[in-house]
Amino acid sequence: MTREMLKGNEAIAEAAIRAGLEAYFGYPITPQTEVLEWMSRRMPELGRTFVQAESEVAAINMVYGAACTGTRVMSSSSSPGVSLMMEGLSYVAGTEVPVVLVNVMRGGPGLGNIAPAQGDYFQAVYGGGHGDYRPIVLAPASVQEAIDLTVLSFDLAEKYRSIVMVLADGSIGQMMEPAELPPMRKVERKDWDWATNGAIGRERRILTSIYIDPVDEEVTNLRLFKRWQEIQKNEIRYKEYFLDDAEFVVVGFGTAGRVALSAVRQARQQGIKVGLLRPVTVSPFPFEALDKLAAKAQAFLVVEMNMGQMLNDVQLAVKGRVPVEFYGRPGGMVPFPDEILSEIERVATTKLSIDPDPRNAWYERMVAVK
Amino acid sequence: MTTIAKPENLVYTRPEGLTDFPTHYCPGCTHGVAHRLIAEVLDEMGVTEKTIGVAPVGCSVFAYNYFDCDFVEAAHGRAPAMATGIKRVLPERVVFTYQGDGDLASIGMAEIMHAAGRGENITVVFINNAIYGMTGGQMAPTTLPGQKTTSSPLGRDVETQGYPLRMSEMLAQMDGAGYIVRRSLHDPKNIRLAKKAIRTAFETQVRGLGFSMVELLSTCPTNWGINAIDSLKWVEEHMIPVFPLGDYKVTASVAEIKA
Repeated sequence: MTREMLKGNEAIAEAAIRAGLEAYFGYPITPQTEVLEWMSRRMPELGRTFVQAESEVAAINMVYGAACTGTRVMSSSSSPGVSLMMEGLSYVAGTEVPVVLVNVMRGGPGLGNIAPAQGDYFQAVYGGGHGDYRPIVLAPASVQEAIDLTVLSFDLAEKYRSIVMVLADGSIGQMMEPAELPPMRKVERKDWDWATNGAIGRERRILTSIYIDPVDEEVTNLRLFKRWQEIQKNEIRYKEYFLDDAEFVVVGFGTAGRVALSAVRQARQQGIKVGLLRPVTVSPFPFEALDKLAAKAQAFLVVEMNMGQMLNDVQLAVKGRVPVEFYGRPGGMVPFPDEILSEIERVATTKLSIDPDPRNAWYERMVAVK
Repeated sequence: MTTIAKPENLVYTRPEGLTDFPTHYCPGCTHGVAHRLIAEVLDEMGVTEKTIGVAPVGCSVFAYNYFDCDFVEAAHGRAPAMATGIKRVLPERVVFTYQGDGDLASIGMAEIMHAAGRGENITVVFINNAIYGMTGGQMAPTTLPGQKTTSSPLGRDVETQGYPLRMSEMLAQMDGAGYIVRRSLHDPKNIRLAKKAIRTAFETQVRGLGFSMVELLSTCPTNWGINAIDSLKWVEEHMIPVFPLGDYKVTASVAEIKA
């Protein structure tokens, strides 16, 4: 295959198709609509299922139904639409069926706007729906990574009978850049021993998220946790840049991580010993990698396109050993490398204290600039 | 002493499509009758094995325990969406939802309307007993004007609480619907008619003739606060005038299979 100019949303859609997607159910919402549009043309021409649902609520429940049959199925949406799907996702989690969902995040809360943002980190990483469950969440920082993670998401979803969310943002979805699509995989519907696909010549099966006896629900919660432990053990992914001799560590995911990398490169040219850790799985989160870095780094800088959400997880990993500073651009704003470079310079040259909530100091700096 | 259990004396047995699992339904409730009719029809059509049911939220949330086929359990009101997902990827299977009035006509209004609008080849059995049963007798979208429930304690006041919704009449307007009828379970004659309608609904699906729904007027003695016999009379005297029985949509191609 060769590299070609691809738009993020279309690349995600085509990658899913080539990974063996058999059914797509979705609803239009900016900035992910091109996924739906791509599916509406490609899926029928391949003889596969495409339905434009009446709402995100219906879309995720169609996905839920198809997932119960053991079919490779997905939906995609953007922040407000994903909020509507939270009910369905909780049922999917409780029923333990594999589902892939792409969230091309936009500014919020509420209707917000259609610009790139990362304000759904808490919702995505900590589940979002009611009850105890943890989804796998993959955060691409380029069109190529969006393709690769979309393909991976189906395998992970089936391996762990889990929800896998590809947590992109509007800029990943809308930008065009050179990338390579994977070869077309053959569609193979596996004969899972849990799928409700018609009890022909076998005992009937029931797929449900109801365990009316608390004893059974507790067992279910423990089972889900055991699977989550396995996921934590096997599936943590992250990218390291210039970390070998780094005295200062920048942490950012997705687009914020990508912009931060430009800033880190510039800072290196200035002689600042700074590196970047970019989580690829924000759930499970690379706690151990950060824990090791905290043992030798002088300070951390967390960069996000929100009010400081992944910041909490970085603080959990660093455990107050060294200062963790924060720089964010919420509301659909994307930081420029220069802004992050200034923050790196500040962190590298200022005597910092260990602030339990670095958002406050960041807020003061933000207000002063405005 | 003679025993009625001798095989040659047996005239009434459990349909194979029902499991040997005691139901949790209250005495006098017609859910059991509706379950039996569906199971008999699936058996008679020889499709029980390839049927996938979708249970709702409400009293029949545990319907999956009673039918001897694959079953999934939907979120409240979302059964038609879930059934859509199943049927679209397994078009050769028989897919049906079993939903009450709160599930179908209130929280699930969008899903039922659009499933019918898309002409999904699924069958819906709609149990209308004019009340929320499982949560203990609250006002439903089908509660009659003046009917007392735990959330309309002075009787449903149409000025502030609106009017009952007639789902069969509404769904009959959908071009994607092939067969929409209302029947009742209040006496043997009507039960037989209900079974015929359920058969036609599943035949509609099997032949790919579009969305099919059988609405069944049903009882809820416990939450109505009247005994089982009087509940059957209450259906006849109070519900049928508001929810007239009849065929609301029978397309020409469905009419052919009926004949």
